Amino acid sequence: MATQSLTEERNSASKGPEIVEKPRTNDWTNPQAMAIPKEGYFKVEPGRYGPVFPQTPANYGFSVVAKVKPGREKAIRDYGKNIEEAVKAAPSVLAPLKLHYLRWVLFDVGSGLHFMYQGIFDTDFDKYLEDAVALFNKSGITTVFVNLEGWPEDWKTNVPAVIKFFRDHQCPSFLEYGEYPFVSADEVKKALTLKTAFSNMLDQMQ
Amino acid sequence: MLELEDIQHFLISRPPALTARYEFLTFRQHTGGQAWLTGILEKVGIASRVGSGELDSRWLTVAFTWRGLQALGLNEKCLATFPEEFRQGMAARAKILGTTGANHPNHWVGHLSNPELHAIVVLFARNVEERERCKIEREQYLSGCPGVEVLSSLDLEAIPPFNYAHEHFGYRDRLSQPAIEGTGDQPTPGSGPPVKPGEFFLGYPDDSGSQPILPQPEVLARNGSYLAYLRLEEHVGAFRDFLRQHGKTSEERELIAAKLMGRWRSGAPLALTPQKDDPALGADMQRTNNFDYGKMDPHGYGCPLGAHIRRMNPRDTASNMRQHKMIRRGGTYGPPLPDDAPEDGVERGIAAFVGCASLVRQFEFAMNVWTNDPNFHQLGNDRDPFLGTQDGTFDMTIPKRPIRKKIKGLPAFTTVRGGAYFFLPGIKALRYLATLSSGS
Repeated sequence: MATQSLTEERNSASKGPEIVEKPRTNDWTNPQAMAIPKEGYFKVEPGRYGPVFPQTPANYGFSVVAKVKPGREKAIRDYGKNIEEAVKAAPSVLAPLKLHYLRWVLFDVGSGLHFMYQGIFDTDFDKYLEDAVALFNKSGITTVFVNLEGWPEDWKTNVPAVIKFFRDHQCPSFLEYGEYPFVSADEVKKALTLKTAFSNMLDQMQ
Repeated sequence: MLELEDIQHFLISRPPALTARYEFLTFRQHTGGQAWLTGILEKVGIASRVGSGELDSRWLTVAFTWRGLQALGLNEKCLATFPEEFRQGMAARAKILGTTGANHPNHWVGHLSNPELHAIVVLFARNVEERERCKIEREQYLSGCPGVEVLSSLDLEAIPPFNYAHEHFGYRDRLSQPAIEGTGDQPTPGSGPPVKPGEFFLGYPDDSGSQPILPQPEVLARNGSYLAYLRLEEHVGAFRDFLRQHGKTSEERELIAAKLMGRWRSGAPLALTPQKDDPALGADMQRTNNFDYGKMDPHGYGCPLGAHIRRMNPRDTASNMRQHKMIRRGGTYGPPLPDDAPEDGVERGIAAFVGCASLVRQFEFAMNVWTNDPNFHQLGNDRDPFLGTQDGTFDMTIPKRPIRKKIKGLPAFTTVRGGAYFFLPGIKALRYLATLSSGS
């Protein structure tokens, strides 16, 4: 029976992993921590451009670390202002990335100036990468990366090379913690909107 | 400007054909393959010459898998410049696409998952008589081509009623098609501006404004496209049973059918007419595609968030949509199942192609991110009701006031019986392939 063999396939580890993600646990009530293997994933789940990194209590994200080309520190730092202005001008400009948080850090711990791009998002790395690249191109963010060693020269016409850069420079976390685990930014905003609406409603009922 | 003299007609025009035949070939020796290709070159339909007012009765298209290019003698260095997903072939990408379980390549028919699949010939014919005549002609031709064998074939026919395109479940089709910039085609209202040719054809700038790097050599790549082929069996009996199970009256059944698809079977979009069917709207090309979601239906009260057409084209609720357009071709195969007849176990369905300039960015994205991701639009446990791999454990969420409706355990209405990635070369490219000397 087809149904029977499907159940068997899903239960049998020897048949290999399926891409089905388990239904998201709605248990945000307790903080959770997750220790992650060195490679960044528990089992190989193929994405379109390479292995997919699993959802953690801090959802999805990356920490991309790359060496800064000599003399480019100021160019990179100036970008902080650029992004600030861009978001002021159009608050939802980064919405397609489904970001929770972004941190851009410059550091030198003895091996030259390095840049770290840390992002926490609500969708895995592999899924919206081309759209993210298109967004970076359109909003001018990509030009920060040209200051990094290893950034592909033909980045405008070679999206797979750009994706490879991110994957090659990604340093996976080995521990992630979420105070309100697995909750997306959209859900947080919805909950806050609801709270405000209830507040107003109660006022109206006085 | 699109070089229509150098592009096969397949993705540009629709000849007036009611039938088709797909033949899947293997080349046992590259000289045999080249001789075969040389012999049919004159018959391949060219975009600049095939329009819908043609007096011809049949139109030919030919495309190759990566292994097919190899079998014809393309050298290793050039073969390596083709994109990764095309080199791997669709069967190897099953987990990425989500074609697992009953849709897994291990169950595919027609040798489609076999690495020996080298080429496809698509024959469009005005009617069955012409198709059968061509079939005999081609059999005779093939018998004179040593080393070229037919691995399998599939006959296609439009099913009644014939005055509009539709498939076995009864849904009107071809309501949303991209218009390509440079062909003179005007997009219908709501379809957005014409799409850059580089989204479908190699050698032109795409929507990013740049021209993506080409595989080598340029003469082979230029004016070519990639095709993702899917043979999708449609379980009409199971679908009708489901409608009966979820609707007591014919109106209720039509509504459930509409909620799964995003359009009433007449074609009328739920976003425009959420409560009642409107066949005149469905058939009116000036109105039937003129809607969006973000402004008109953000919560999915009309068109559910996970309905098929909303997944395949999220319109203004997705970013970078102009880089996610694809051209669809194909038709129905198998006899129609009469309305009141029980499931008869005869295989019927659609055998379709998705044409684009980048399989990974366009086709695979749509399968991986929109079709088979249970968390599309944060739904949690929903896959596309028609194209998604359904195994009885996924749901269909129908937003409704006050409380949304969740149909749990959607049955599989379709099964993927086969698929493959092909490269659809331009005309000069075909001539180049036909005259390749081994190791050139």
